[in-house]
Amino acid sequence: MVEFGQHIINMLILGSTYALLGIGLTLIFGIMRIVNFAHGELYAFGAYFVYLAAMMLGINFFIALLLAIVAGCLMGALIEVTLLRPMRNADIDTTMLVMIGAMIIMQNTEQFIWGGVGKSVNTPFPQAPLQVGPFFLSWLSLFVFFAALGLIGATYLLINRTKLGKAMRATFQDRDTASLMGVNVQAIYMATFAIGSALAAAAGALLGAVYVITPQMGNLAALKSFAIVILGGLGSIGGATIGGFILALAEEMGAGYVSSGYRDAMGFLIIIAVLLFRPTGLFARKERIG
Amino acid sequence: MKRLFPWAVLLVFASVPLWLNDPYLLNAFITTGVFIVAAMSLNLLLGYTGQLSLGHVAFFGIGAYTSALVSLGFDVELLFGIRVVHEPWPVWSGFIIGTLVAGLFGYLVGKLSFRVRDAYFVIVSISFAEVTRLVALNWVELTQGPLALTSIPPLTLGLPGIGYFDFYSKQSNYYLVLGVLVISYVIISRLVKSRIGRAMVALKENESLAVSVGIDVTRYLVLAAVISAGMAGAAGSLYAHYLKIIDPDVFLFLYTITMVIMVVTGGKGTLAGPIVGGLIFGFIPVIARSFAAPEVQWILYGAFMILILFVLPQGIVPAIEKWFGVSNEADEARQNTPSSAKTQDAS
Repeated sequence: MVEFGQHIINMLILGSTYALLGIGLTLIFGIMRIVNFAHGELYAFGAYFVYLAAMMLGINFFIALLLAIVAGCLMGALIEVTLLRPMRNADIDTTMLVMIGAMIIMQNTEQFIWGGVGKSVNTPFPQAPLQVGPFFLSWLSLFVFFAALGLIGATYLLINRTKLGKAMRATFQDRDTASLMGVNVQAIYMATFAIGSALAAAAGALLGAVYVITPQMGNLAALKSFAIVILGGLGSIGGATIGGFILALAEEMGAGYVSSGYRDAMGFLIIIAVLLFRPTGLFARKERIG
Repeated sequence: MKRLFPWAVLLVFASVPLWLNDPYLLNAFITTGVFIVAAMSLNLLLGYTGQLSLGHVAFFGIGAYTSALVSLGFDVELLFGIRVVHEPWPVWSGFIIGTLVAGLFGYLVGKLSFRVRDAYFVIVSISFAEVTRLVALNWVELTQGPLALTSIPPLTLGLPGIGYFDFYSKQSNYYLVLGVLVISYVIISRLVKSRIGRAMVALKENESLAVSVGIDVTRYLVLAAVISAGMAGAAGSLYAHYLKIIDPDVFLFLYTITMVIMVVTGGKGTLAGPIVGGLIFGFIPVIARSFAAPEVQWILYGAFMILILFVLPQGIVPAIEKWFGVSNEADEARQNTPSSAKTQDAS
């Protein structure tokens, strides 16, 4: 029972960062129809940025996190303007291949700069674990959980309560009509990709402090994000949040009670099962955003 | 002249082992040939039916592992204490069984995953490949996991009474791969010029129209998946028996990417595309390794791929054909229906 509770605690922490990844991808995929294979590389970018800022430049850990999110946002905007804007009218397969090219370039650049040996980040949190009843959790994980929830809440408010969010939702529903109503669709696309990338970088920045940072960390992150988006239904922030927690639960339970070697298989099995039996996702009644 | 061109190319490649003695370059030719077969099989799906499978390496790996296991033998215990013991069989039967098992997986995956299209199909195909990779990594009793299957015997051909020939040397493997490549090329060129091939192209260009004139979508897509998977499995089998060692890394996503880059660069939906693209990307590492680290080579790969997509989205072969005004019926059909006709979204 204690073991089960510990898995649930791990699931909540992992799930909150998965939710960030999923929300970032669901915005990009939902609004722009881009199958963003570079999403995982922005996650790795966030993690390496924190390493660079906090460990090599000696910047305060919390400021380094904020800088990583801003850098992810700028990186996303750069990718959008250089690679995606010229391909605006290309079909979905072509832009997907362009993003695969971007993924290869980013991942190998990380490998080239940082080498294959994993990096870890020291945080200002005490090493001693926090004991709550029979359960143990670290101060860092607790921080990661609440920071991720805060970012999810902020994104929700951004989409549902601001003018930018309204324009994004309008573009999602009907690009041409939104454009006729005076929405600057080009700017919305750039903002969407930048916000989605910032969320991926935030997830990487937070999880990078918990785990070891390697150039390959983005590989599975991109595929897991797809699993989350498929679970939650396209364009649904609430769905992506719940999808993130479900994936984390499946992984924790799979690793704890089936075999730790198949931990990463859970996401893929979920993708296959959901797409075959309920292709619109578990929660989406119809395609929408918000 | 145009009819003789493929024969001239074949003659040039058939002569390679006669004047090339450098084992490193010969090895590059052989592995390139194996990947060209795999890329040609991917082209059947991507180029002719328009379905981008990013899990193609799964069939390649399944062919490699099945073929190696049939010829090596295995002894595993399944659920409920059922024990399966397999004594080593002749290697040629491994090649055939590997091809068939890969084709069978193509059937199953196709039957299940063609319910979804576009981005969703891509993601299902990757998921399938990652699951097979994790199985190869974790089912240690069968696959040795990360320790790899070693001492895989070379492919042997022969009849009792006449004698046996084993493909052990690089020269013999070169001709073996070239032979399989030519057979694959003939199969695909026959197929795409047949009624089946026209149905596939019709599906790619406009699926709803194709359905409305009575083309059974799922049947043709599954057929393409079976042939494509079997061919990839045959390539995987050749790879296993040539390298004599196979590990779960054979399922890496990067190998699928390599095949996709070859097809897209050469020209998807053209017969010569995977060969041209395959030769380019098979020999970039040979040239680049003298001055670039592996990760720099990959950066060049990625940049080259993006460049091709920006400058020549149709690939090199269609561009050359257009330049020289060479065009056959199939190409004309392709040019008359631009790819912008594909407007269906991922929804």
